[in-house]
Amino acid sequence: MRTWLREHALAFSDTLGRMGRSPVGTLLSILVIGIALALPAGLHVLLKNLATLAPERSAEPELTLYLQADLAEPDRKGLESRLAGHVAVSKVRFVPRDVALKELEKATGMASIQEEIGRNPLPDAFVVAGRRGAADALEKLQAEAGRWPGIEHAQLDSAWARQVDSALRAGRVFILMLAGVLVVGLGAVTFNTIRLQILNRREEIEVSKLIGATNAFIRRPFLYFGAIQAVAGALLSWLLVELAVGALETQLGQGASLLSPGESLMRLSLLDLVGAGLIAALVGWIGAWLSVAFHLRRLDPT
Amino acid sequence: MIRLQDVTKRYPGGQEALHGVSLEVNKGEFVLLLGHSGAGKSTLLKLMAAIERPTSGAVWVSGQNLGGLRPAAIPYLRRNFGLVFQDHKLLLDRSVRENVALPLRITGFDGADIARRVRAALDRVGLRDKENAHPVELSGGEQQRVCIARAIVHRPAIVLADEPTANLDDAYAREIVALFQALHQVGVTLVVSTHAPQVFESVRPRQVVLSKGSLAA
Ligand SMILES: Nc1ncnc2c1ncn2[C@@H]1O[C@H](COP(=O)(O)OP(=O)(O)OP(=O)(O)O)[C@@H](O)[C@H]1O
Ligand SMILES: [Mg+2]
Repeated sequence: MRTWLREHALAFSDTLGRMGRSPVGTLLSILVIGIALALPAGLHVLLKNLATLAPERSAEPELTLYLQADLAEPDRKGLESRLAGHVAVSKVRFVPRDVALKELEKATGMASIQEEIGRNPLPDAFVVAGRRGAADALEKLQAEAGRWPGIEHAQLDSAWARQVDSALRAGRVFILMLAGVLVVGLGAVTFNTIRLQILNRREEIEVSKLIGATNAFIRRPFLYFGAIQAVAGALLSWLLVELAVGALETQLGQGASLLSPGESLMRLSLLDLVGAGLIAALVGWIGAWLSVAFHLRRLDPT
Repeated sequence: MIRLQDVTKRYPGGQEALHGVSLEVNKGEFVLLLGHSGAGKSTLLKLMAAIERPTSGAVWVSGQNLGGLRPAAIPYLRRNFGLVFQDHKLLLDRSVRENVALPLRITGFDGADIARRVRAALDRVGLRDKENAHPVELSGGEQQRVCIARAIVHRPAIVLADEPTANLDDAYAREIVALFQALHQVGVTLVVSTHAPQVFESVRPRQVVLSKGSLAA
């Protein structure tokens, strides 16, 4: 166990030493990886900020049923219990027309709609909250309820909110795909860096094998190299995104006054950072492992 | 300790470098391998260290048939050997100290132990003052002595040395011979090839002569 730890500590410090010996090449590789990873990371932050703009209720769809003006109380009660029993429905709220008017006046800031028009133009309504994830069933209910007696019009609310929602979801899928492609790219960059290193250190590898080095011993520093390089790239991408968000915050706050003082944009979370770091380390490790496995076999003296 | 049984070696595209060689080296023996250039001395040593494989016949080391060895076991076999290569095989971008330390690093010695043993090995070849130099800054003979230090630093049971005195003047050659003699006295098995058997006279080694790939009677 102690030998094992020592061997790994040795490989680790050996790797750092090697990076120090060719700083330009190392920095360039880290830069390439950092910029490539900054792309999906930046988009991820952008999306996080957009998501805060989308209304929260968009996750739970709402259906508004406007009632005919002359509907009698028992008929209304009948509709209400029918709705409450429906599978897609989680909650039914009755909004009388005068309450609706007050809400409208408050929301628009126009104090006297009734006075200007001469009457309350709004009908009574049921606001029906759908069950989470029951958007399709609610849509069916909209078509159905539109034909029920006593209902003037059925409106599935905030189509735009749902569009934002699905746009966000599409954006997330896009980012995942982009990240996937770039992760493969990261593996390829690592594969190639390690290939060049193996060529550079060919003599050392051959001599080491001749005097009794195992493949694991030879592989180890290269694996560390791949992983450390990838993690450094991930850290760099985090730094780039931080800088970009900071600059954007200043712009939005001072220039466009879109952010009030004290308000700030969402950033990459610690979880994002740690997750990205771990994935990068893993991919760097695997890329290096494949490269060593592939190129060592060609060097084998026996 | 080492046994070759009717070994023939033909390099790809070449003629036979060894033909029907049978040889037994006993534990603690000092064997001098003689023969003209191209006789197959280096090839014989490489077969013993599993660096080359015989085309036919078998090589045994410490009772193990090398032909039946898994590739993963070969590194552990090689750690029994101290190898002095005809072309030194030093790492040019590493200091003398790092070159000599390599066998110890490979087997996972700790730093303090490595430093102590490397110093001792360099002392034995008279290169303590050159430990920070790089191989290109050394003469051919000095490089050869670094190679010898690397071969003995991990106290191997067997030393296979391919012309270890080729680049040395008489005085240094005799020091190396004295070093080998000291190893011989503590029970190390040595197989040493040379063109100059006279410098080894004092050891009274067993002499094996190769001629065009075959053992001479
Ligand atoms: N890697 C190789 N590929 C092809 N032929 C080789 C190889 N190594 C050696 N030979 C040939 O095998 C024969 C024996 O070579 P070897 O190096 O064993 O001789 P040697 O006795 O060590 O010679 P020297 O005293 O010059 O070092 C020679 O004819 C040589 O050309
Ligand atoms: Mg030779």
